Amino acid sequence: MSGVKELLAALRAVSADPRAQLDEALSQGRKAVGVLPYFCPEELVYAAGMLPFGIWGAEMQANESKRYFPAFICSLLHTALELGLRGALNGLSAIMVPICCDSLKGFGANWKYGVGEDIPVIDVAYAENRRIAAGEEFTRAKFRGILARLEQIAGRDVSDTDVAAAIAVYNENRAALRAFSAAAAKHPEAVSPFDRCAAIKAGYFMDRAVHTKKLQEITAVLQTMPEKLWKGLRVVTTGIIADSPALLEILAENGIAVADDQIAQESGFFRTDTPVTDDPIIGMAKRLGVIEGCSVLYDPGKQRGHELVQLAKNAKADGILWVMTKFCDPEEYDYVPVKRMADAAGIPLLAVEVDQQMVNYEQARSAVEAFTEMLK
Amino acid sequence: MNETIEKKPAKIVLRELQDKIAQDAWDAKQRGEKVGWCASNFPQEITTAMGIPVVYPENMGAAVGAKGGGQRMCEYAEGMGYSNDLCSYSRINFAYADLKHCEELEIPFPDFLLCCNNICNCMIKWYENLALELDVPLLLIDIPHLDAMTCDADRVKYIRAQFDDCIAQLEVITGKKMDLSKLKEVMEVSQRSSKAWLRAVGYMSAEPSPFSGFDIFNNMAVACVGRGTIEAAEAFEQLADEYEALVKEGGSTFKGEEKYRILFEGIACWSNLKFTYKTLQSRGINLTASVYGPAFSFLYGSLDELMAAYAYVPNSNCFERELQLRVDDAIKNRVDGAIFHMNRSCKHWSGNLYEMERQFREKTGVPTVAFDGDQADPRCFSEAQYETRVDALMEIMEENKKEAKA
Repeated sequence: MSGVKELLAALRAVSADPRAQLDEALSQGRKAVGVLPYFCPEELVYAAGMLPFGIWGAEMQANESKRYFPAFICSLLHTALELGLRGALNGLSAIMVPICCDSLKGFGANWKYGVGEDIPVIDVAYAENRRIAAGEEFTRAKFRGILARLEQIAGRDVSDTDVAAAIAVYNENRAALRAFSAAAAKHPEAVSPFDRCAAIKAGYFMDRAVHTKKLQEITAVLQTMPEKLWKGLRVVTTGIIADSPALLEILAENGIAVADDQIAQESGFFRTDTPVTDDPIIGMAKRLGVIEGCSVLYDPGKQRGHELVQLAKNAKADGILWVMTKFCDPEEYDYVPVKRMADAAGIPLLAVEVDQQMVNYEQARSAVEAFTEMLK
Repeated sequence: MNETIEKKPAKIVLRELQDKIAQDAWDAKQRGEKVGWCASNFPQEITTAMGIPVVYPENMGAAVGAKGGGQRMCEYAEGMGYSNDLCSYSRINFAYADLKHCEELEIPFPDFLLCCNNICNCMIKWYENLALELDVPLLLIDIPHLDAMTCDADRVKYIRAQFDDCIAQLEVITGKKMDLSKLKEVMEVSQRSSKAWLRAVGYMSAEPSPFSGFDIFNNMAVACVGRGTIEAAEAFEQLADEYEALVKEGGSTFKGEEKYRILFEGIACWSNLKFTYKTLQSRGINLTASVYGPAFSFLYGSLDELMAAYAYVPNSNCFERELQLRVDDAIKNRVDGAIFHMNRSCKHWSGNLYEMERQFREKTGVPTVAFDGDQADPRCFSEAQYETRVDALMEIMEENKKEAKA
């Protein structure tokens, strides 16, 4: 057990201090490229020998960013911009910014004129009509263009073999994350909601190959441990991010374990592998075509809701916890029909609004406590 | 009968045309034809050429807001679980889809949905939900936001493939066939309408402007829904002729002396349209520049250029192109100042507005103010704030005029 604690603590330290990882990479002469959510082709950064460095905002008060974004933009983007404006991301060679939500469409220009050209923006366009051949081809063409830009930044050519190798590293990491998530679900007594989240999140700041090894060590230990009866509740989480330490602590205090997730930052990264194709970048475009469960991707029929219900059933969860990112349009639109699907399936669903600038979680605490009481 | 006496003013012709287009959709529904709900910047050439009637939930949202029903409908949607953070047009539409009734305005219910995200990605989420609520098929033409001043070949190819695919799917859904010669004709008529619309709004550069700029907000509805029809082309040509005549006479439909000329940035506050207009008009401030002028025309000479034209609509451009549109418009139309609407409904439009305002001020040298509002939810608008900001702008514009004379 102590082995697991120590191993988890190491990844907790990584996710608590991403800047240390960036500094370490830079000190070793490795360039780094910032990667905003969602679904940027970070394998291409890796293939170019650089460190893809995830940017998911931070728990902090945003001040400078309010000169660029109005208050009603999500705190993830406010604090991501704030980090740039404060110089906390200095050292990055570029930042990849997708355009899959309306707030992200404004991020690139705000970054360009606020932070400046020292960290240039790489615009990431991919097809929303992602299941048709023309969409796949558009995404492939755009990713090829991004690769050319990354080659310039890295100062080296990147072959398809390099890209295929990077995809293999990423797929291995995804497999390790899936195995860890399954093992953690069986051992909530050993892996708290916070530890689970931190272990997954750490991968955004580390070399993915190193992250894989760390996860495999943890999973191996967990798999040797006998399963214990969990007297608390088990939920499936859904949303964009669910990494608030305060909220995760409230879950732990109420004896709630995370049985599985449909969180963009978590399984949004690892549930779907990149298929191996002759042109490896076609494989990356194909992956975008089959991902389910994320509100920023075109989802006719709201497969997200069907997937969520299925995840909850598979995990034998007591309920669903929707960690609602405040001011996130795609999530707020999805909430109504997806909640209806959960209701129809008889699965209780609680939505808790979260903002990275929040200092008071008492409302969330009350809601979680009431939910717990209801489900007991 | 004297034809010159009998001829109706263009604004009446346009209003009647708008009513006729709406009625045509009701009649088609009555006959059992398939009717669609359509995003405002979906390539109308498809449906016009195929003779498929469509109506526009965004226009309904604006009209319901203007007629005073915005808050009631938004609150109903919030009762359904929709956040008050979401676009008020969509909330009004969700309320209507559920209630099946709206006392201010109704549109026939759809047999299919046509979505296009060139104005915003929230359209996609909105239409996904509608498709579920109403159990109808959803067709999407995805037009990715531009990341450069021009629309690249990859985008054109992708949009074109979806355009063709959409036609094939609509043929199945409606049973109507696309006639390519008809498409060509509609494209030509659309060019005629767009050019006439451009010529009409181009007269805003005259001093005084021959019309009150708020008229753009009223006339653009037909530019949106009917520009592929001969009737619309003729109405816009008549409108342009009327403005031309007014310029020659030195006349204007703007009531009072045009003391100041401004650019108005953003969607109108439909629920507060009268107040926002009167506050300006009573101070002699006329709107003589708006992105709806130059940018709500679709100029192209081929199908591929048509695809690119739909990527150049407001909100779909990169920041620099959006800025250029406004700066050019302001300079051409010699504005003394600008008002920026921080629209609570529109995260995309508002996400760069502070930087847009700064750079606009820097490049044009004219003063600017911003106010908080919403396109159809009156709860986000404060009359006192708006009035104070307009007064502040007027004070600076007045000082600038005095300095210029000195």
